[in-house]
Amino acid sequence: MSAFPLTRALDRGTTIFLALLAAIAIVVPLLNLLVPASSPFHLSSYFVALFGKYICYAILALSIDLIWGYCGILSLGHGAFFALGGYAMGMYLMRQIGTRGVYAHPILPDFMVFLNWPELPVYWYGFQHFPYALLMIVLVPGLLAFMFGWFAFRSRVTGVYLSIITQALTYALMQGFFRNNFGFGGNNGLTDFKEILGFNVQAPGTRAALFAVSTLALMIGFLICRSIVASKLGKVLIAIRDAESRTRFLGYRVESYKLFVFTLSACMAGVAGALYVPQVGIINPGEFSPASSIEAVLWVAVGGRGTLTGAVVGAILVNYAKTTFTSGPLAPYWLFMLGGLFVAVTLLLPHGIVGTAQQWWASRRKPHERRPVANGAAAANPHPSEPAPRAAE
Amino acid sequence: MNELTAGSMLYLDGISVSFDGFKALNNLSLTVAPGEMRAIIGPNGAGKTTMMDVVTGKTRPDDGEVFFNGTQDLTALDETQIAELGIGRKFQKPTVFEMHTVEDNILLALKSDRHARATLFWRPNNEDDRRIESILQIVRLSPLRERIAGSLSHGQKQWLEIGMLLAQEPKLLLVDEPVAGMTDAETRQTAELLKEINRDRTVIVVEHDMTFVRDLGVKVTCLHEGTVIAEGTIDQVSANQRVIEVYLGR
Repeated sequence: MSAFPLTRALDRGTTIFLALLAAIAIVVPLLNLLVPASSPFHLSSYFVALFGKYICYAILALSIDLIWGYCGILSLGHGAFFALGGYAMGMYLMRQIGTRGVYAHPILPDFMVFLNWPELPVYWYGFQHFPYALLMIVLVPGLLAFMFGWFAFRSRVTGVYLSIITQALTYALMQGFFRNNFGFGGNNGLTDFKEILGFNVQAPGTRAALFAVSTLALMIGFLICRSIVASKLGKVLIAIRDAESRTRFLGYRVESYKLFVFTLSACMAGVAGALYVPQVGIINPGEFSPASSIEAVLWVAVGGRGTLTGAVVGAILVNYAKTTFTSGPLAPYWLFMLGGLFVAVTLLLPHGIVGTAQQWWASRRKPHERRPVANGAAAANPHPSEPAPRAAE
Repeated sequence: MNELTAGSMLYLDGISVSFDGFKALNNLSLTVAPGEMRAIIGPNGAGKTTMMDVVTGKTRPDDGEVFFNGTQDLTALDETQIAELGIGRKFQKPTVFEMHTVEDNILLALKSDRHARATLFWRPNNEDDRRIESILQIVRLSPLRERIAGSLSHGQKQWLEIGMLLAQEPKLLLVDEPVAGMTDAETRQTAELLKEINRDRTVIVVEHDMTFVRDLGVKVTCLHEGTVIAEGTIDQVSANQRVIEVYLGR
C-alpha cells in the first residue's frame, strides 16, 4: 500500500530516464578507472569531477523544479539550502583533517587556531561522526526551510514578494558566513580537505565513487519528485500553482502543502550541496550569493519547468556551456550569453527544451485531440484549446 | 448566538465591513432557511461579493455575527475550515484548474480527506470514479471528461465549477454571477441546473440578469450600499420604489 506512490511514479519515460542515469553512474567511473589513459574511451578524472559537479547542480535544479514548476513557489534563495548542506559536509571534512592541518592541532580546524580560538564551538561538536554530519546535511536546510515557510506561507506571502524574501534570506546568510566570528572560516570558507570516510578526497577512485553516489542521489531525488507529482498530492500542488484561492475554498490547507514541498525541496538541495563540496574541494560564502540562486532557477527555465527531466537537462547543459565558454576566448562574454539565453528562452521556448519537446511529441502522437468534441455544447468553443503558459510569478 | 439563529442555514446580523473608510457592508442582516434558494441582486458596489467574502472567511467583518447551520460562528474560522463545514463558493469569474482535465478538477473537489498524507497515498478507485461520473452527468460535461479544463468554453467552465462545488457535497452553495457571459440557451440550462441542485442543498445566487432571476422563481433580496433595501418575491421587489430608483430604474 505505502509503496503505491512509487509504482505509479514509474511510467515509461521515468523508467527510461532512471535507466539512463544508472548506466551513467556505472559506465563513467568504469571508463575512468579501468580503461587505460591511452584509449579513446578513457574519461579523465577532470571530466569525472566536472560532471560530478553538474550532477549535484542537477539535484539542486530538481529541487527547484518541484516547488516552482509544480507549486508555483519561485524561490530565488535555494542556493542557501545547497550551501548549508555543503557547509555541514565541509565541517565533517574539516574534522577529518586532524593533525594534518598546517597548525597540526588535533581538534581545531586551522582557521580557528589562526583566530586564537581556545576551543571548538559547541555547534561544531559531533561533526567528526559521519552519520551525524549526514543527519545535519538534511536537518539544517530542512529546519530552516520549515521555519521560513511556516511564517511565509501562513502569512500568505506569494509571488514576487516571496521571491524577494528568499533572496534576502540567502543574502543575510552570506553576510553572516563571511564573518570570521561566525565560526565557519569566514571569507575563505572550509577547504584543504584530506579524507572522506578514510578515503583520500583527491584520489581518482574516491572521485569516481563520489560521481556514482551523486548520480544515485539524483536518481533517488528524481524518483521522490516523480512519486509526488504523479500522486493526487501532485495534482493539488498544480491546483495551488494555477488557482490558489480556488484550492483554499475547496478546503485544502494550502500552507501545509507548500510547507511540505518547500521543506522537502530544501532537504534535497542540502544533499546536493553536501555531495558537491568533496568534489570541488571547497565551500565558501560565495555559494550563498543571490546571483547563484537565480542562475539555478535559470537552469530549470532552460530545461523546462514542471517537467523534472528538464531541470536535470537544463542544469547540465547550461553548466557545460558555462564551463566551455568561460575557459575560452569568449570568457568575457559569458554573462552576456547567460542573459541572452534567459531572454531567448523566455521569448522563444517558454516551456523550455524538454517542455517544448514534450508538446511537439504529444501533438504528433495525438492529433485527434485537436478536433472539436462531437457535443452540442462543446462545438461552440470560442477559446482555442491551448492552455496559456503561466507567467513566472 | 440567540434563538433567532436556530433553524437557519445562514444567519447574518448587523454585518459591517469597511475598506479604508469605504463601507462595503453597512449593518447587513440576512437569514436564509435550510433548503431555500435565495437570489441576491443589487447595483455594482452594493456589497454582494463582499458578503460572500464574509461568509466564506476571506474577509473578517468589523462588526456583526455570522452563523452557519444555526450554531457555527463563521467569523472565527478561515476559508479552509469554512469549506470543511460544508460551504462551497463559485467565483464571479469562472475559476477552474486550467491545466487539469475536467475529471481531475472534479476529483480534487470530491469530498475526501484533505490532508497532504492522504492525498499522497490516494489511489484511483471505482467509488471516486462513479462519483465523478455522476457529477459530470449533472453538469452535462460527461463527454468532455478527458479534456483539459483550459480548453472549455466560458459556459462549460462555469458548469465545471458548479460541478466542483457539488463534488464538495456542501450544505450551502454560494454562486456568484453564474450566467455572466452565457448565451440564452446556456442561461436557461444553468437555471435548470441550480434548481436541480437546490433539491437537496441550500443555494444563494448573486446575479444581475433579471430574466434569469425570474426563471429561478425564488425569494429575492436586493442590496444597496451594503445593506438590504428590499426582500420578497421578484414581483414585490421589482415593484419596490427604492429598488427601481437605485437599480432597475434607468
